[in-house]
Amino acid sequence: MNRIANAFASKTNLLNTYFTAGYPSLHDTIPLAKALVEAGADILEIGMPFSDPLADGPVIQGSSSVALANGMSIPVLFEQLQGLRAAVPETPVFLMGYLNPVMQFGVEEFCRQAAAVGVDGVILPDLPLAEYEEFYLETFKKHGLKAVFLITPQTSAERIRHLDSLSDAFLYLVSGPGTTGGTTQPDAVTQAQYFERITALKLRNPRLIGFGIADKAGFDRACEHAEGAIIGSALIRALEDVDDAPAAAGRFVRGIKA
Amino acid sequence: MTPTISYQKPTARGYYGQFGGAFVPEMLYPNVEELRTQYLEIMAEPDFQIEMQALLRDYVGRPTPLFEAKRLSAKYNTRIFLKREDLCHTGAHKINNTVGQILLAKRLGKTRIIAETGAGQHGVATATVCALMGLPCVVYMGAVDIERQAPNVARMRLLGAEVRRAESGSQTLKDATNEAIRDWIANPIDTHYIIGSVVGPHPYPDLVARLQAVISEEMRKQLLEKTGSELPDFVVACVGGGSNAAGAFYHFLDEPSVRLIAVEAAGHGINSGHSAATSVLGTPGIIHGSRTLLMQDKHGQITEPYSLSAGLDYPGIGPLHAYLGEVGRSEFIAITDDDALAAVSECSRLEGIIPALETAHALAALGQLGAGPDDIVVVNLSGRGDKDLDTYLKNMDKLV
Repeated sequence: MNRIANAFASKTNLLNTYFTAGYPSLHDTIPLAKALVEAGADILEIGMPFSDPLADGPVIQGSSSVALANGMSIPVLFEQLQGLRAAVPETPVFLMGYLNPVMQFGVEEFCRQAAAVGVDGVILPDLPLAEYEEFYLETFKKHGLKAVFLITPQTSAERIRHLDSLSDAFLYLVSGPGTTGGTTQPDAVTQAQYFERITALKLRNPRLIGFGIADKAGFDRACEHAEGAIIGSALIRALEDVDDAPAAAGRFVRGIKA
Repeated sequence: MTPTISYQKPTARGYYGQFGGAFVPEMLYPNVEELRTQYLEIMAEPDFQIEMQALLRDYVGRPTPLFEAKRLSAKYNTRIFLKREDLCHTGAHKINNTVGQILLAKRLGKTRIIAETGAGQHGVATATVCALMGLPCVVYMGAVDIERQAPNVARMRLLGAEVRRAESGSQTLKDATNEAIRDWIANPIDTHYIIGSVVGPHPYPDLVARLQAVISEEMRKQLLEKTGSELPDFVVACVGGGSNAAGAFYHFLDEPSVRLIAVEAAGHGINSGHSAATSVLGTPGIIHGSRTLLMQDKHGQITEPYSLSAGLDYPGIGPLHAYLGEVGRSEFIAITDDDALAAVSECSRLEGIIPALETAHALAALGQLGAGPDDIVVVNLSGRGDKDLDTYLKNMDKLV
């Protein structure tokens, strides 16, 4: 059983934490990964910073700017990730980012190196489904990388089923309209109806809810409707202006999973 | 793969050769898909065309004149015509597109409009049609551009639009576009995003090119009346994203005898590190939802463009222009800030027309065309210079 399937089979209420590689300092990537897992994070999403991240709000964009200024890039990240599996042997790890830097690096080489360092899957929100199927799917498969797709309240049932058929990791349920870290959420009833609609589709993949989840209460609510949740912006905020980022990350996760 | 398209028509997925497509996050997929599946049908409806043509005639002031610029012609020893888009209502070609898109938005049932703007011309054009149609309007504009294009900011506010500052990145057009896209992600149901250039995910490049094509359609008729031939030897237009150029080129794209000249902003010089000459400095990549030529570093991070002209400092160009350049159908010329300023002065004093700083880039290319005395050159005079008076005042020493 692969790391992803194992995690979903053996645990409930999974916490997936997103953090930006190279933030707050260039060499925080592995120490943060280790601290997050030791504190109870079940899945890691490592952000590959991009200058113009369309699906992200100001917090993640800000962390990306800092990371880029620190010198983070895909080659640097892969160098750092050589130590990934020594630090977090069993935790599923996804790389999240935008298509352009991956394209410039070379998709085939990206997949090869990601697999070699022990990455389990990739989340590229601006990769169109048709392009994925035509140009990327085979390459991903060849290297054993799982693709994760986003679903929003506007995604049709037909499209959700199609996305579900193309993934064997998890489906990323965007909680409501807006970019990451958004503060405006739809009312609880509308949101619950959306999640229930997804549950009723009886999809083959587990689901994690993300966008706008900032604290324990939000995490617990999300877990009522899915296998777990994804927290990014709130974690990044918790790493701002701290002396010891891994310690701050650990405290943050313990606060959520307490 | 060889595309089986004419220059005007992208593939079903919005590709011009290797350029185009719709690289948008899932949050925008339904919006873009709604537009893609409906825009051609709606625009073909007789009611739509009647309403749009009436507005273009009675509100925008079309057709705009094609003026034979005799003193400029004498100076460059060729026959120069100026397509007077500066005489459109709001002072630039941008309103051709916003009139069409607001009618499209209404038919799609949208109740709120957003837009991005660089120089402010597209923002003003969007604010104008929103006022006309009674729809609320939010315009995103880079903080730097808000400072340097103050008159247009005032116009937008007077027209009832809310101007929101984009504070990220270089605080110019690229960042305003990012913010507008994020707004659209947050408001997917009620909002239509009026993109102002031939950029963005499919179908925007095609949609905007079709709406701006009125420029070249009129040029052909007017040239026939004035010269006896519908076809000039050169069509010259400035390119930031490329909407006025797309409109000026559109009905000449399949006429190989017409040389299409796209003029970019070289800023302080192409290799100065302060430039927006994408055709030279750009490589294929993805920006704002389409694959095109863009200025980026080796790691795929988009680099900050520079031009004195707020409308041209964009790190990409529309996918149609990237394609036209790649297949050799259009030619690119890069013009520095200083040369553009000199052209402002020249056009003002020789023809009594103060052009926009963007347009001045196109005029500054006249000396580089190699046009002969019998050649007919049409410059798309995309906008008027009123909005740039502050910049002109600050650079009076260069306006020789």
